[in-house]
Amino acid sequence: MSAVKTKRDVLGTSSLRPDGNAKVKGDFAFTSDLHAENMLWGATLRSPHPHARIISIDTSAAIKIAGVECIITSDDVPGQLTYGLISSDQPVFAKDVVRYMGEPIAAVAADHPETCRRALAAITVEYELLPVLFNAEDAIGDAFQAIHPDGNVIRRQQIIHGDTSVEGDVIVEGHYVIGMQDQAFLGTESAMALPDPDGQGVEVFVATQWLHEDQKQMAACLNLPPEKIRLVLGGVGGAFGAREDISLQVHTALLALRTSRPVKMQYGREESFFGHVHRHPATVWMRHHATAEGKIVKIEARFVFDGGAYASTSSAVLINGVTHTQGPYKCPAAVVDGYSVRTNNPPCGAMRGFGVVQACFAHEGQMDKLAAAIGTDPVTIRLLNAMETGDTLITGQPVESVAPVARLIRETNEIPLPPALSLDANELDLPGGSGITAERKHIKRGIGWGVSIKNIMYSEGFDDYSTAKCTLSDGKVVLKFATSEVGQGFVTLAPQIARSVLGVTDAICDTIDTQIGSAGSTSASRQTWMSGGAVDGACRLVRERLFEHIGAQNNIDPIRFAIEDDEIVDTAGTFRISVIEASQGITISETFEHHHRATEDLDENGQGNCHVAFAFVAHRAVVDVDPELGLVKVVQIATAQDVGQVLNPLSVLGQIEGGIAQGLGLAVMEEIIVQEGRVRNPSFTDYLLPTALDAPVVVARMIEEYEPQAPLGAKGVGEPPCISVTPAIVAAIRDAIGKDIDRCPVRPQDICL
Amino acid sequence: MSVLIPHSILEASEILAQHPAATILNGGTDLMVEVNFNHRRPDSIVLLRNIAELRDWSTDAASGTITIGAGLPYAAIEKGEIARLVPALAQAARTVGSPQIRAAGTMGGNLGTCSPAGDTLPVLSALEAIVHLQSIEGARSVPFADFMVGPKRNSRQPNEVITAVTLPITEQRQGYSKVGVRNAMVISVASACFAIVNDTPRFAMGSVGPTILRAREAEAYLASAASNLNDITEEIAHEFGRIAASESRPIDDHRSTATYRKHAIGVLATRLALKGI
Repeated sequence: MSAVKTKRDVLGTSSLRPDGNAKVKGDFAFTSDLHAENMLWGATLRSPHPHARIISIDTSAAIKIAGVECIITSDDVPGQLTYGLISSDQPVFAKDVVRYMGEPIAAVAADHPETCRRALAAITVEYELLPVLFNAEDAIGDAFQAIHPDGNVIRRQQIIHGDTSVEGDVIVEGHYVIGMQDQAFLGTESAMALPDPDGQGVEVFVATQWLHEDQKQMAACLNLPPEKIRLVLGGVGGAFGAREDISLQVHTALLALRTSRPVKMQYGREESFFGHVHRHPATVWMRHHATAEGKIVKIEARFVFDGGAYASTSSAVLINGVTHTQGPYKCPAAVVDGYSVRTNNPPCGAMRGFGVVQACFAHEGQMDKLAAAIGTDPVTIRLLNAMETGDTLITGQPVESVAPVARLIRETNEIPLPPALSLDANELDLPGGSGITAERKHIKRGIGWGVSIKNIMYSEGFDDYSTAKCTLSDGKVVLKFATSEVGQGFVTLAPQIARSVLGVTDAICDTIDTQIGSAGSTSASRQTWMSGGAVDGACRLVRERLFEHIGAQNNIDPIRFAIEDDEIVDTAGTFRISVIEASQGITISETFEHHHRATEDLDENGQGNCHVAFAFVAHRAVVDVDPELGLVKVVQIATAQDVGQVLNPLSVLGQIEGGIAQGLGLAVMEEIIVQEGRVRNPSFTDYLLPTALDAPVVVARMIEEYEPQAPLGAKGVGEPPCISVTPAIVAAIRDAIGKDIDRCPVRPQDICL
Repeated sequence: MSVLIPHSILEASEILAQHPAATILNGGTDLMVEVNFNHRRPDSIVLLRNIAELRDWSTDAASGTITIGAGLPYAAIEKGEIARLVPALAQAARTVGSPQIRAAGTMGGNLGTCSPAGDTLPVLSALEAIVHLQSIEGARSVPFADFMVGPKRNSRQPNEVITAVTLPITEQRQGYSKVGVRNAMVISVASACFAIVNDTPRFAMGSVGPTILRAREAEAYLASAASNLNDITEEIAHEFGRIAASESRPIDDHRSTATYRKHAIGVLATRLALKGI
């Protein structure tokens, strides 16, 4: 037995990212850094109009340009002409009609990006402009003719629950508007496709959230068997939902197959704004009924989500919105009506928080109105109504997850407030920042609250399972899975799991590709639970086999073995052997699929056990406001988050801080401005993301209450941080200036005019 | 596309004489954004970065002025001796972009593109800076007011290099503020410079008109209403702000609204007039 053991990065430690150093030093190869010999570049021609009929497309001049190898349009798509995550309604290339500004019409492959640019400029498209459906309300009813064969309403879902005739002693009502946020990942869309020599298949390196879903949709459009499309995860520079949908995958693969040469496509920042879906802008009306003391007795609500031109995940976003109407509060009765609709605005789909962000902005505004109406404070009203495990949601689903809502609020409330703004505060720290627009005397401070509930994993009967393979040989573990690493840290977590389960030190991840079963999407805060469950399961199967092997060798019943640090020990005897020694000369490999429990569809009244599990979080924002100029500085965010079990504290903190920054963006600056279907600010010059001077101090508590349903006791932590921080900041602004604000992001004029 | 790299002002002016259509690159914080957006595709570029003399600066005790080379990056202006001598200019320089951008961006570039949102331009307007230009035909100096003639238009001739800017050094109050929807690294929604030069108040406004605007009526009001410019009452400052706002001519765009810009410029005027008293 060795005297000194090296500390191993098992579960519960802040194991560092295997790619961390390379990323910091700029050595990490993102998909956009890939290169292949004899490679062509691809580029996309996009519609300048939000709604128009295509009269003709003339590529004859463009194809004659030296260096241009191939131009493809809808006529060249060999398989299905459309794709989509839930319904296949989005054309690979627009054929007869363009339905949003930026819709792809053609793609070109050429020897240089500049040649591509010239070729695109040389393609002539004749359009007949059509009336633009840009107001989401106009998509409901008969006000506007259908802009797509599938109609203008993507989905409607009502929820009727409990005694709907009940009326509250106190009634508060509000209309809320949520702007269109962009995921704004820093690594723009990119893929490189390498055609098989026989032209019957293609290998594609792509930055995506879900390799197998891409593969399935690509196979249909390319008219190839899925196994002929081998996807490999390229280095991904963030995702946040924007890489769930197909963007350039089919285009790149098709150009490669047509030219028999490797083709790379990479969007610039402006194109990226047109190349992926965004967070749904929404309008939400809510009316809360409560007893005189403030207990919610009924909620009425109406949601309209603007899905833009194509369905993407709009129907699922809608369900998330309406089923989270009540927030993390008890509610015995509800009448909810929700629509997600089609317009000629940019398509919207998944983004961190997925429909719950919009619901939360409204229900938290309502909680503050309720507190004011009965004369209490934001903390008391939330504690009074806090949901608990075992409560029934307005869908009739019982909350079986650990639901420490009251504890989250209390622990957040215990976090010390930041010191008052000093008289000699640094000008840069005041609202207005480097613009030095204010002095201390102009500033007012406010405090606001936000608390949220978020479903984790996919809903409504969807079996989003994850697969993983564990191979143990000579004391070393290799883990294989198709789980997209988009920055969330699964490549850190998976080896931690293997080290804990198998007692090894040396655990690495194999290439992430489609040479193993699906892992589902890196979204819905699900990979720690789902792929973590799969890796855990595979490692446990390997451990069983190893125990059997050692048991047979030493004549010990394998049931007596346990892993203790890096050794196998006989719990009923004295035998012990290091895992390294035990696994010398053998190879054990096992594959495991983790499935979450089954869920149900909602019925016409919105009733059904549609969600798998829930995670909760509380946020308290302290904000300094310049009421006269309408400028804001978020000073501090205090938060307590329900995490189940902390598997990697540093990684969790990273999610919390990052999510808060993204939620802050939606609260005070991030908005894609669309006027009559036209995007006005597709650049980081005008689409503003928070800078270091905008980022607040974050004081976080991770609330550990083991989640029995979860394979590792851990809940997903990715989405909750960005959900209720937005309403908390907006509430703090309201508190500072004493004025109602019903939209986010809050613009200076909303504060001061 | 050709890139020409002169190493002296003389060489630059010779190159421009031969290539008057060339685009001058002096920092690139505005130009390269245009290029990235495909709004401009320059055929030839004259890069001024290797001209050391454009990064010189000096003071002249006799005239009480400072002359700053057009190639001196904002990073060298935002702090140190220049910041002590022309604090409003330093404050404006600090609002430009990020540290990386301030290490590249220059006043020469700001003057060359002449955007109404150019961060340092209100300072040059309020301090009535002199812009120095050089061509093979010789040197000339132009008051800022005659230099910026419209949105993104100036009176530089195609064969001229902007070489330097001369500003007065005053011991009197001056300040700059810029409103943006983010606390750093943001294009201005409204910006302003207030300065007292020779006991006369001056107020210049950015992003609220086609060019940098001087609030002449407000200046005149303040000069007459306040007997001592270091003892301005709140009421007078508010009236000063109201008049300045009325002199602004902002537009609605995707960055803000005309109404907000007008309001904000008034607030900045009032605050700057009172600041440091």
